[in-house]
Amino acid sequence: KPDFISPQKCIARTLSSLDIAPRIGTRQDLDSPEYQEKYGRMKALVQELRDRVSVILQGGGEKATERHTSRGKMLPRDRINTLLDPQSPFLEFSQLAGYNMYGEDYVPAGGIITGIGRVSGVECLITANDPTVKGGTYYPITVKKHLRAQEIALQNRLPCIYLVDSGGANLPRQDEVFPDRDHFGHIFYNQAIMSAKRIPQVAVVLGSCTAGGAYTPAMADESIIVRKQGTIFLGGPPLVKAATGEEVTAEDLGGADLHCGESGVTDHYAQDEVHALHIAKRVIKNLNYIKDPGVTVERPVEPLYPAEELYGIVGDNLKKTFDVREVIARVVDGSVFDEFKTKYGETLITGFARLWGYPVGIIGNNGVLFSESALKGTHFIELCCQRNIPLIFLQNITGFMVGREAEAGGIAKHGAKMVTAVACAKVPKITVIIGGSYGAGNYGMCGRSFSPNFLYMWPNARISVMGGEQAANVMAQISREQRQREGKPWTEEMENKLKAPILAKYEQEGCPYYASARLWDDGVIDPVDTRSVLGLSLSAALNKPPERTRFGVFRM
Amino acid sequence: LSRTSHAAALKRIDKVLIANRGEIACRVIRTAKKMGIQSVAVFSEADRHSMHVAMADEAYHIGPPAASESYLKQDKIMDVARLSGAQAIHPGYGFLSENVEFAEMCEKENIIFVGPPASAIRDMGIKSTSKHIMAAAGVPVIEGYHGADQSVERLRQEASKIGYPVMIKAVRGGGGKGMRIAMSESEFDTQLQSAKTEALKSFGDQVMLLEKFVENPRHVEVQVFGDQHGNYVYLFERDCSVQRRHQKIIEEAPAPGLTEVVRKQIGEAAVRAAKAVDYVGAGTVEFIMDSNLKFFFMEMNTRLQVEHPVTEMITGTDLVEWQLRVAAGEQIPVKQEELKVRGHAFEARIYAEDPDNGFMPGAGPLLHLSTPEPGDDLRIETGVREGDEVSVHYDPMIAKLVVWAEDRHTALRRTIAALQDYHVVGLSTNIRFLMALASHPSFQAGDVSTEFIPQHQASLFLPSSLSPAVLCHAVLALAARHRTQVYQDALATKDCYSPFALNFGLRINSTPSYKLRLVDGGTEHRIIVTESSKGNWQVRVDEGDTLAVSDVSLSEESDNKFTVKCSVDGVVSSTSVLLVGNSVHLFTLNGKRSLDIPTPDYLKSALSVGSIDDPIAPMPGVIEKVAVEPGATVQKGEPLVIMIAMKMEYVIRAARTGVVEKVFHKPGDTVAKGTVLVHLKEE
Repeated sequence: KPDFISPQKCIARTLSSLDIAPRIGTRQDLDSPEYQEKYGRMKALVQELRDRVSVILQGGGEKATERHTSRGKMLPRDRINTLLDPQSPFLEFSQLAGYNMYGEDYVPAGGIITGIGRVSGVECLITANDPTVKGGTYYPITVKKHLRAQEIALQNRLPCIYLVDSGGANLPRQDEVFPDRDHFGHIFYNQAIMSAKRIPQVAVVLGSCTAGGAYTPAMADESIIVRKQGTIFLGGPPLVKAATGEEVTAEDLGGADLHCGESGVTDHYAQDEVHALHIAKRVIKNLNYIKDPGVTVERPVEPLYPAEELYGIVGDNLKKTFDVREVIARVVDGSVFDEFKTKYGETLITGFARLWGYPVGIIGNNGVLFSESALKGTHFIELCCQRNIPLIFLQNITGFMVGREAEAGGIAKHGAKMVTAVACAKVPKITVIIGGSYGAGNYGMCGRSFSPNFLYMWPNARISVMGGEQAANVMAQISREQRQREGKPWTEEMENKLKAPILAKYEQEGCPYYASARLWDDGVIDPVDTRSVLGLSLSAALNKPPERTRFGVFRM
Repeated sequence: LSRTSHAAALKRIDKVLIANRGEIACRVIRTAKKMGIQSVAVFSEADRHSMHVAMADEAYHIGPPAASESYLKQDKIMDVARLSGAQAIHPGYGFLSENVEFAEMCEKENIIFVGPPASAIRDMGIKSTSKHIMAAAGVPVIEGYHGADQSVERLRQEASKIGYPVMIKAVRGGGGKGMRIAMSESEFDTQLQSAKTEALKSFGDQVMLLEKFVENPRHVEVQVFGDQHGNYVYLFERDCSVQRRHQKIIEEAPAPGLTEVVRKQIGEAAVRAAKAVDYVGAGTVEFIMDSNLKFFFMEMNTRLQVEHPVTEMITGTDLVEWQLRVAAGEQIPVKQEELKVRGHAFEARIYAEDPDNGFMPGAGPLLHLSTPEPGDDLRIETGVREGDEVSVHYDPMIAKLVVWAEDRHTALRRTIAALQDYHVVGLSTNIRFLMALASHPSFQAGDVSTEFIPQHQASLFLPSSLSPAVLCHAVLALAARHRTQVYQDALATKDCYSPFALNFGLRINSTPSYKLRLVDGGTEHRIIVTESSKGNWQVRVDEGDTLAVSDVSLSEESDNKFTVKCSVDGVVSSTSVLLVGNSVHLFTLNGKRSLDIPTPDYLKSALSVGSIDDPIAPMPGVIEKVAVEPGATVQKGEPLVIMIAMKMEYVIRAARTGVVEKVFHKPGDTVAKGTVLVHLKEE
C-alpha cells in the first residue's frame, strides 16, 4: 500500500471564517415614515408604468385587433409566445417606444415588438411587426426600434428571427424613414452584415412584405412563408396595374406557392401560422449554435433582502440620497459583494459580485464624482477587462465635481480617463439609470452614447444635460448679466418668467417616458425586476465570445 | 366415512406444468414455489416475454399466438410435460381445464391432471345429464317442460307442476322474442297465445318450452373440494351476480344477506352435487337464487374459478395448494367443522375494455401501470407488468384486485380506495366503472342481481365533468414538466443557470400568462394561466370564473408522474398526474380522466392516412376475412372486413357507397384499434 494515500499524510481542510463571503445591505426600518413615504411614491410610479404598458400590450386597439383575428391570424404577441420555448422569458425592449410622439397617431410600442427569448434553447433576437398598429407600417420610431434590435443582435451575437407582417414604410413620413443612414434601408444593410458575421437571419412571412419589405425575407438566410397568408412582392397589385396594366391577385403575385415553388424567394412552405413558427423553431434547432458564456458560472442564490424594499430605499425624490450598496444588496446573488477600494474615492462604489451565477463588476454612484472616484473607476474597469468580467453601471449621478479646486486637481483629465476606460472596455456593459443622469456623469457611467449592450431606466429616473434648476439658474444668470451690461433692470418676476418654461421643459424631457419613447434606453423597468432584467441581459450579452480590450491613451 | 378407507397411494409432484397463461399461471407458479415444486410454463409466440414465462423455472414455446394453435394443443403440451419431466399438469381455468379428452390423455400418459376425473367433467359438461343427476341426488333444480306435447292443456298442467311464475319461451326463440312470463295461472293462456303469435311471426315456429321463472335472480356459487379418499367439504358461497356481457365483474364472499341456515343448506347441497359425480379436487357448484333465498342448481364448473381468491381470503386457505396436495393423493387438510367464515372479501376484475362503449374489449400496451401496495388483506392477481401488452388473442383481463376486511362495508370501502390507486394508462379499462359500481347505493346495500347493470344503467354511467381543481392540477403538472425539461436541458450546457432557462416565463412590466388548450374527450377547454406572483397562479377555464391557485407542491413519483397538491380557491386537494406524450392522465377519486393537448392543425393533415369515411378497426383484433377487392363498388352498409377480437366477430361495413381504392390488410393480420382497414376513393 503506497504511503502517500495514508490518512496520516492527508491535510485536513477545516471550515474557517475565511470561507464566509462578505454580505452587504442592512435591514430596513419598514415602519419608518420616511421609508413608508418613499415606498408609496415609488410603488405609485411602478403602478403607473404597469398601467401604461398594459394598454400598450393590447396593440392597436379593439377594432384593429378584431379585424386581424377575424381573418384567423394570430396577434403578434401570441406569435412570439408560440415561437418561444415553453416557459421561456421574453426580454422585451422599449415597450414605450413612440409613446405620445405622434400626436393623433397612436403607435403603441412603436408598431413593432422586439426582444430576446429562447427558441429551441437558443437566445434569439425576435422582431414582430404589429399589423394592428397602422397596418404594421414603419414610422420613424419603428425604424429606429427595428435598427436598435438589430444593433443588439449584432453586439451580442444573437440569431435574428423576423416575424414579418407589415405594409412597409409609412408613406406620409417617407422623409423621416427612407433617405438617411439610420433609416429603412439600414435594416437590410444590417441583415447582410450580420449574415456575413455568421449571425443567422431568419424571416417568417406571416402577412405582407411589400416593396422594401420584400427584402427582409429575401435577405434572410432562411425564410418561411404561410400559404394563402404571406405575400412578398416589390410592387403590389395596384402598383403593377398602374405600371404595366397587368391585373393579378396578391396571392398569384407573391404568395407561398409562387415563392416556394417557382421563384425560390422563400424556402419553407407552412400550412398555417403555427406551422410556420414550428418550422422557425426547427431552423434554429438546426443552426448548430453553441453558446459558450466564457465566464465561470455558479449556482444562483436569491439576495438576502426582498427586492420590493428598493421602493422604500430609493423613493422618487432625486434630492434624497441613498446608499447604492443597499441597491446592490437587493440585486446580486446572496447579497454577496466584494468591494474594491472601499476607503478611496468613496463617492463611487466598485466591487465584484455574482448575478444569476454570472460574475459581474459593479460600479455605482454614491454622490458626485471626484478625481479619486474617477481614478478608482478607471482602475476597476481595467481589472474587469483584464479578467473578462461584465460591467454593470448603476447610474445615479449629478456629474463630476466642479470648482477651482477640482479643476486644479485635474478633474477633467481624471474624468477623461474613466470615460476612455468605459468607451474602450470590450466586456459586456449594462447600464441601469436608477436616479439622476446628468452631464458628463452620464458619460463616465456608460450612458447611451457609450453603447452599453443594454440600458434601462427606473421610473423615478431623470436624464438631461444638467438638472432643470441648474439649467434655469444658468440661463437666468446669463440673462441677468446681459441686462446688467445693457444697464436694464432685472426683476425677480422676470427671472421667474424665464425660469418657469425651462424648468417645465427639463421636467418633461428628462422623464423616463419621454426618454424611452425616443429610444434613449431599452426600456423602463420596475426596480423589483432589475435582478431579472440584468440577468437576462447578461445571459444575452454572453452569447458573444470574449474580446480583448485595448484602451486608448490615458492622459496622465 | 373414515378418512383412511380409500387409501390411494401417494404420488410425488416435484414438478408441475401449467397449461395456461396470464394471472392464473402466475398464481399457480407462486404456490408451487411456496411448496418447493418446480414449475414449467408453456407459451405462445405472443407470450414470449410475458410474466408467467419469467416466473416459471422452465418455459417452453408451444406455437403461434392463436390459442387453438398453442394453449389448446393437447399433444404439444403433453410433449412438453414428457420433455420437462413434469409429473402433473395444472390446467388453470379456461383452455383445457374442462376438456374430457385432455383429462383422459393425462390419465393414459400417467401424468396427474390437477382436476377432477374425466368422468366428472363429462357428467357435468352435458346440461341435461347434470340436471338429472342433481335432481336424483336431491339438489334443487329448476323445473321445466321440454316435451313434444304442445297442447294448451298439457302446457298449463306442466306450468302448475313447475309452480308460478313461469317463463314461456319459444324453442327457436332468442333476444327476448317469443318469450312471456306468466305470473299466475289466470294469465297463462293469454301469455302463451301472445308468445306463440310472436314466435310464429318471428321464426315461423311456435313450439314452446316452460321453465320456472326466477325474478331478479342472484348468481350464488359454492366452492367445494373433494379428495381421492371420499372426503368432501364446502368452503362457503360467493355472490357473483353482477355481470356484463354474461361475464362476472365483481365477486364477493360470503354472499350478502344469506342466513346461516341457508348458508349451510346451499353448502350441503353443493357437497351432495359433488359426491354424486365422485368429484375430486376444486369445483364450483353454481346456483341461481331468488329473492326469498330459494336456490336452484344451474351447473357445476369442474375447475378452479377465476374468483377463487375471495374464498381463500375468508377461509384462510390456499386452494391451489389443496389442489396439488389432493392431486398427489393427500387428504383434504381440514374437516368441514373446522371451516369458518372470517370477514368479507371482494374481487374486482380489471379488464381492458371500454364500459362507455358497450364494454367493448380492448387491447394494447400498458404504458403505465401502478397498483396499490399489496399485503395480507389486499391481493393483486395479475399476469402483466408495466410495458407488457394486453394481447388481442386472449382474455383481456388485466388483474384481479382482491380485498379483505372484517366486514362487508369496510371491505367495500377498501376496494374503492384500492381502485383509486390502480393506475393504468395505454388502454381503456373498467376501473372507473368498477368504482361507480362499488360505490352504488344498491350495491353497497348488497341488493344485487344478474340484472344489476342494466337496471342501474342510468346511475352507473353518470356523465362526470372534470372538476376545475383537477384541471388546475393538470395545468400545474404540465408546467412542472416543462420546467423540469428546461432545467434538465440547461444543466447539459455550459450556461446551465441562465435566467433564460430558469426565470420561467418572465415578461417585462406585465404578468406572464399562458394560453393552453386541453381536450377532454370531445370537449376542448381553453385555459388561461397567469402566474400572478411566484407560487401564486390564476387559472381561468373557458371564460369562467378565475380560480386562485396557491400552495403548490409537487411530489415526483417518477420522471413523468407527479402528485400535484394545491389550494384552489382555498380548498386543498391533490391528484396523481401522469404525462405521456401529448396526454395528461389524471387519477382522481372518481377514476382516471385523460386530457389531450390537441394536435396542431398542420400536423393533422400530415398524420391522417385515409378520409373520415374510411372504415377503421373498432378495437384491436385479427382480420378474419376481407370481403372486397380494390376497384369493387360497395353500397352503404355492405360488409367490407370481418374481424375477430376477444373471441367475438365484428363486421366492418361501408359508411357510404363508393369504390374501394385500397385494402390495407389481409386475413390473419393483427390490427390496432383505429387502424384504417379500407380506403374508399374520394368523391
